[in-house]
Amino acid sequence: MTGTWVMIAALSLATAGMKLAGPLSLGGRPLSARALTVVELLASALLAALVVVETFGKGRSLTLDARALGVAFAAVALTRRAPMAVIVVGAAAVTALARLL
Amino acid sequence: MPFGIAVFAIAVSFGILARPLMGSVAPIVMSIVVFSGSAQFGALAVLNAGGSTAAAIAAGVLLNARYLAMGLALAPSLRGRALSRSAFAMTTVDASWASASQGDGTFDAWYMVGVSIPQYVGWVLGTIVGVLIGPALANPNALGLDALFPAFFLVLLFEEARGRRRLAAAGGGAGIALALTPVVPAGLPILAAAAAAVVASRMRP
Repeated sequence: MTGTWVMIAALSLATAGMKLAGPLSLGGRPLSARALTVVELLASALLAALVVVETFGKGRSLTLDARALGVAFAAVALTRRAPMAVIVVGAAAVTALARLL
Repeated sequence: MPFGIAVFAIAVSFGILARPLMGSVAPIVMSIVVFSGSAQFGALAVLNAGGSTAAAIAAGVLLNARYLAMGLALAPSLRGRALSRSAFAMTTVDASWASASQGDGTFDAWYMVGVSIPQYVGWVLGTIVGVLIGPALANPNALGLDALFPAFFLVLLFEEARGRRRLAAAGGGAGIALALTPVVPAGLPILAAAAAAVVASRMRP
């Protein structure tokens, strides 16, 4: 149980530190154009990585299971401009349904 | 608001999944002080797989390393004293940061705060609800709750990855993460995906 609290303390401090490092050290000074381009692209790269790891990852292996159907539903719903709550709850519902069948 | 509702649903699943491993109080405290879906789920996944506390911390920190980059991007858009810059920066979360981006490298800081607040409320309340209803559910995965998270990231990605370079960064990031998942510990494939952003930055816009 002590480990849990150590983990919570460490993650909250580390997260705050990483959020604050840029704004406190730069404070209004602009980044170089090159660095800004990399930073602009980081969100796309990391979000795509999170999507595939959370869809196909199972520990340290890759697997194709009902989650993939749920995420496929989310992709179709996105292109039809469905509201966010419908997309994420629908993805869970499709996954649950696939596990039932 | 739509983000708040979706975040609530994801937080409920965090509360349900965390309770058997962390007890009833710790998941709620974690949502209050960490307030980061990817770090909390990442750390939880490591604990769930039998990993150590140190490994769970490492996974959470690596998953949140993107805040370093997001903070660097945000910094030029923040004005005023260090304390006020810090207050704005602390409200950074994926969805609010992405939706406050004005597409030219600058950010609307107040808009970010406005998106973050309902998310924070939804995140903490959802965790409480998840911890409370968790014991009544035999098997949370039977409800497809594990699919909430990739669907949530896909929504953010869909908003974010527009234009040739961003699509290239997304494709590269996904490829790196898939290739590394069987090879390195959890959390690292996500961080390594950052290399795709560096490569894509050399492309023409």
